[in-house]
Amino acid sequence: MQRIINDPDNVVEDMLKGYVKNHSDLVSSTDNPRVLKYKSAPIDGKVGIVTGGGSGHKPAFIGYIGKNMVDAVAVGEVFSSPTAKAFLDAFKAADAGKGVACLYGNYAGDNMNVKMAIQMAKSEGIEVKTVVANDDVASAPKTEREKRRGVAGEVLMWKIGGAKAVQGGSLDEVINAAQKAINNTRSIGIGLTSCTIPAVGKPNFEIPEGKMEVGIGHHGEPGIEVTDLKSADEMAKLMVNKIIADLPFIENDEIAVLLSGLGATPAMELYILYKEIPDLLKDKGISIYKSYIGDYFTSLDMMGATLTFMKLDEELKDLLDMRANSMGFKEFGE
Amino acid sequence: MSYFLNKQGEIIIRNLIDTIIKNKEYLSEIDGAIGDGDHGINLNKGFTKFKNNKFNPEDDFSISLEKLGSVLMMEIGGSMGPLYGNFFMKMSQEIKGKEKIDKKTFGKMLNEGVEAIQILGNASLGDKTILDTLIPAQKAFKEAINNKKKFSEALKGLKEAAERGKNSTKEMVAKVGRASRLGERSRGVLDAGATSCNLILQSMADSIIPLLKEFDTN
Repeated sequence: MQRIINDPDNVVEDMLKGYVKNHSDLVSSTDNPRVLKYKSAPIDGKVGIVTGGGSGHKPAFIGYIGKNMVDAVAVGEVFSSPTAKAFLDAFKAADAGKGVACLYGNYAGDNMNVKMAIQMAKSEGIEVKTVVANDDVASAPKTEREKRRGVAGEVLMWKIGGAKAVQGGSLDEVINAAQKAINNTRSIGIGLTSCTIPAVGKPNFEIPEGKMEVGIGHHGEPGIEVTDLKSADEMAKLMVNKIIADLPFIENDEIAVLLSGLGATPAMELYILYKEIPDLLKDKGISIYKSYIGDYFTSLDMMGATLTFMKLDEELKDLLDMRANSMGFKEFGE
Repeated sequence: MSYFLNKQGEIIIRNLIDTIIKNKEYLSEIDGAIGDGDHGINLNKGFTKFKNNKFNPEDDFSISLEKLGSVLMMEIGGSMGPLYGNFFMKMSQEIKGKEKIDKKTFGKMLNEGVEAIQILGNASLGDKTILDTLIPAQKAFKEAINNKKKFSEALKGLKEAAERGKNSTKEMVAKVGRASRLGERSRGVLDAGATSCNLILQSMADSIIPLLKEFDTN
């Protein structure tokens, strides 16, 4: 393993220090070293938006702290849920008295720690409601959606929830908008290589040369199927078909597309993968309202990509269009 | 009646810490097969933090367990932080302020700990989790004391059942937690939580058994 690190057990601390030094225009640290907040949070009259999760997914999660996005983030170890205390402190950092929407991904550890944090917050008079992202179609059958993982679709959930809060939405309205976003969002990943947690020092699992793993998870959870490595065009087709069949996305739908690298994929290859996607959608009568390509939600140094579609209606379009500024996601506009 | 003293907790806790630190890499390796390979690292981090910052050899068993549970719950995160954190804290509450811990009291500690994990983790026997070690161990201990076995014999029964329980996870398909998304592919590998739980129970029982002798009148 060759990495740019100091002590492998301190990678999260060191990363946070560097992040705060560079992004002081957007974020500030808090009394809890594992909680970062938007420099202007809490914002009077606005529902607080909180998320959190394990580290190693940059720009997620802290990269989505910013204007009209996320107010505070609880930071965990690499690939491991933040503590209940970190979630609680993030709630406190984001709460302006209108309640907190905790929008996070469906993982056992996060579920437990959020649950305990909500109990603690309640005794301190902070109202917290949650939306649990489960956009990964490969992680469980459609009939067991509640078991599915949250992956890159979380970025769109934060965008929508964050915008609804800025529009003055009540806690319930923000929760409903974020839930609607995730209900209309589906993702799938393909992994070409494994990833290495610095403190472990060796790859988490193996993908043999010449193979790819369809449906791979954001922590290297093995996918649903290992196949021969296909061409970019074939990968695009496979991913689009899996996602479309699931919601399902149908003719005349308008969608947002998010194509995220998993950490080690050159930007060049993301564009190569994207090349066929608009045509494949056009063939099915589906139009792209907006598309985002880049490293939005990664898995350390994994090679591969996650493709996400969100079906839009007028409300979601309006919320997606609102200007936003964070390190990981910017929306320009009026 | 056999018992050990709450104030003899130091050796039990010390051995427990050593067990986790010694098995850090082994646990992460097991976790890496179907999880994300951080189980040993996280437990090691928690136990080491406790050892360096909170552990006081003067504390009784109850206070040490409470401090250990609190470090795991508040400072470790993941799934194992809240699960083991609650486990140790509930066990601690059962013996708070008690001078002697006999087999009946220890049985209650186990019951409290197991219940805490069941409530939080929402899993059942056979789901390939920590409970597949804990529940058989709890049951074996309970049966032994119902059959009027000595404390030390009940602990030996617990040790055997925990080991068997841990081994049984190898052929199970995970139903909850991160490995559950693998379905059939989770078969053939031990569950990391069940494995660490077995190490914890073995260490506790091995530490308690020699303590019992001093007071054993049977």
